[in-house]
Amino acid sequence: MALGLEAGLGDSVLTTRLDEIINWGRQYSLWPMVFGTACCAIEFMSAAASQHDISRFGAEVVRFSPRQADLMLVCGTISYKQAPILKRIYEQMPDPRWVVSMGACASSGGIYDNYCTVQGIDTVIPVDVYISGCPPRPEAVLDALIKIQEKIQTESVLVDRHIDFKGILD
Amino acid sequence: MTDSLTDKLQVIFPDFEPRKVLDYTVLDVDSEAIPQVMKRLKTYPDLGFSMLLDITGIDYLTYPQRPAARFCVVYTLRNWKKNWLLQVRTPVADPDRGVESVAHLWGSADWAEREVYDQYGIIFRNHPDLRRILNHWQFEGHPLRKDYDIFKGQVCYQADSLEKEIRARLTAKGIDESTMQDINTEIMFLNLGPSHPATHGAIRIFTALDGETIIANVNEIGYLHRGFEKTAENRTYNQIIPLTDRLNYCSALMNNIGYVKAVESWLGLEITERAMFMRVILSEFFRVQDHLVCLAANLVDMGGLTNYWYLYNEKEASYDLISRLTGARLTSSFTRIGGMYRDFYEGWENDMERQLKDIEKGVNDSLKLVLQNRIVHDRTQGTCVLTPETALSYGYTGPNLRSTGISFDLRKDDPYYNYEAFDFCVPVGSYGDIYDRMMVRFEEIFESIKIIRQAMKMIPDGPVFVDDHRVALPPKDQVYNKIEGLANHFKLIFDGVKTPAGEWYDGYEAANGELGFHFVSDGSGTPYKLKVRPPCFYAMGGFHEMIEGEMIADAVINLGSINIIGGELDR
Ligand code: SF4
Repeated sequence: MALGLEAGLGDSVLTTRLDEIINWGRQYSLWPMVFGTACCAIEFMSAAASQHDISRFGAEVVRFSPRQADLMLVCGTISYKQAPILKRIYEQMPDPRWVVSMGACASSGGIYDNYCTVQGIDTVIPVDVYISGCPPRPEAVLDALIKIQEKIQTESVLVDRHIDFKGILD
Repeated sequence: MTDSLTDKLQVIFPDFEPRKVLDYTVLDVDSEAIPQVMKRLKTYPDLGFSMLLDITGIDYLTYPQRPAARFCVVYTLRNWKKNWLLQVRTPVADPDRGVESVAHLWGSADWAEREVYDQYGIIFRNHPDLRRILNHWQFEGHPLRKDYDIFKGQVCYQADSLEKEIRARLTAKGIDESTMQDINTEIMFLNLGPSHPATHGAIRIFTALDGETIIANVNEIGYLHRGFEKTAENRTYNQIIPLTDRLNYCSALMNNIGYVKAVESWLGLEITERAMFMRVILSEFFRVQDHLVCLAANLVDMGGLTNYWYLYNEKEASYDLISRLTGARLTSSFTRIGGMYRDFYEGWENDMERQLKDIEKGVNDSLKLVLQNRIVHDRTQGTCVLTPETALSYGYTGPNLRSTGISFDLRKDDPYYNYEAFDFCVPVGSYGDIYDRMMVRFEEIFESIKIIRQAMKMIPDGPVFVDDHRVALPPKDQVYNKIEGLANHFKLIFDGVKTPAGEWYDGYEAANGELGFHFVSDGSGTPYKLKVRPPCFYAMGGFHEMIEGEMIADAVINLGSINIIGGELDR
């Protein structure tokens, strides 16, 4: 039952807050850009394949063009050689954009604590959700997706995200 | 057979003394003699070493019995017809002077020498393009030198432009601006990668185009260089097994097997019958998995998404069996030096048989879509042809080599684990085009399934681990109740499995080709040096030869057809 102003608008009009409606749309139509570099990307393939079927969460339109995507999934090890490319691709994504760091390597360097591996991509770009595991199971990817959706729900379209982030390449 | 090689070497090179290590031959040569020796090894019909499998360096800085020269360069060569394996070693006292390049003799030497230069700072004189390959261009120092700190990372701020290299390649092909003016066109430069769906990971394919035709190409790799070799120098032998999972992650267990096989060969360990059969079954099962992913991805690149579901879904279904057996879906770490982590679970035969049937169905369904498909034929037949000569020169192995008609497979030609007892064929192609590479993989899937079925019938009961206290952990009741057991356990875990001091190489037929491991041991439980001979690295090294003159779209499917896996390519 509509109350107040809404009561006067009739059945065909809904009122809501701007944040609410936009976030609802964003939440269920995430377009992932898979930055797959290593083993974790194979598990992402599984998350996208029939059995786990990422489309149940509205995120099956996998884009390899950053300009068409709003969710970056970093699947795999990022080396220092790769880091400038990661940053560049991230910058090419239009705002708002979310980043999932999949697996131990992307999150912390994983088992590669050495001269060539970036010890966590959050030293290069801001990260919203981390997934543990080496590699994480496909279910964990779906879990991270839901976490991002929850996060989107709490955000406001008027606030710029991560404006004060400073990484090693900035 | 190798004895006759030793005799021949003695006659042809009276100054140097060949010696036997395991079942191959090693020749120690002065660095000044390298050009002449290598030339003879390749061109003398009596020797005919048409393949240069690998080149690596060794830094003896902290080695206990340190030789006079700090560095050493090792070339691994193969004569595939006679199945001779030879390593040529040469001491290098002054890395800045280095050794003469052999890149004019074998195509594979080009990238191999660049890697040695990058990792050890050894110069190869007269190399056409000696620059870093795995590490980025802003990197300083040489990470595999023993005085380079493993934790010393160096930030790369900018990607390399590669402009100089592509221009050099254009010049080498005899194309300059005036040629282009004559035909009224301009060269267009196009980058594929490093982040591009077609590169299946991170490789940069830089092309110079005339319309859609590729006139020159240079490739940049190293984006997934994760320091496998340096990390391995800081791990015990058994701790390295999880690292090998992540080489070719589409068939992790095969790397596990290849690696422990190499360590066991030096220890002289004869693993148990059952473990051997397990390794054969699992090797072949993972060969199937690897080919499934390769073909699925290759066909997607061509636009055949249905094939992807037919093939990849079977891979996905296989994870049930794999994770039930190993506890992990992808990174199995299932072998140990001396045997297997554990035996098959009860009832595995039924699961395996069911899975094999499903795979056969999936593959046959996919073949129905492909075999008579005009579009597939037009796109793949006669495109990106690899000639047998190019393949050998660039060190191609495995299905890629066999697609050119060369029937070389370590399982047949240098059998291990009783492969000679199994009835199977080695499929070969006839043209070396993309079609052949795909079909060789399709056929190998059926052959592997054949081997698995035979092995499942023959597998004996018994332990899966050798009874040898040098490598096997004592049973738990001894660890808890006896001081000897406890001490033995403690030593094996903390010090690792000890290997006698020395150097050796061992090859294994992985899904992608010859996966080799070159070790230097100082007698401790940690390798002094461990070099992987990755099949992908050399396949990628000859990539430009295949795609120059072809269309840009063909380059994409060609990359899929040679099955480049980043983890193994860049290590
Ligand atoms: S976290 Fe593990 S599985 Fe993922 S990329 Fe790193 S090594 Fe591979």
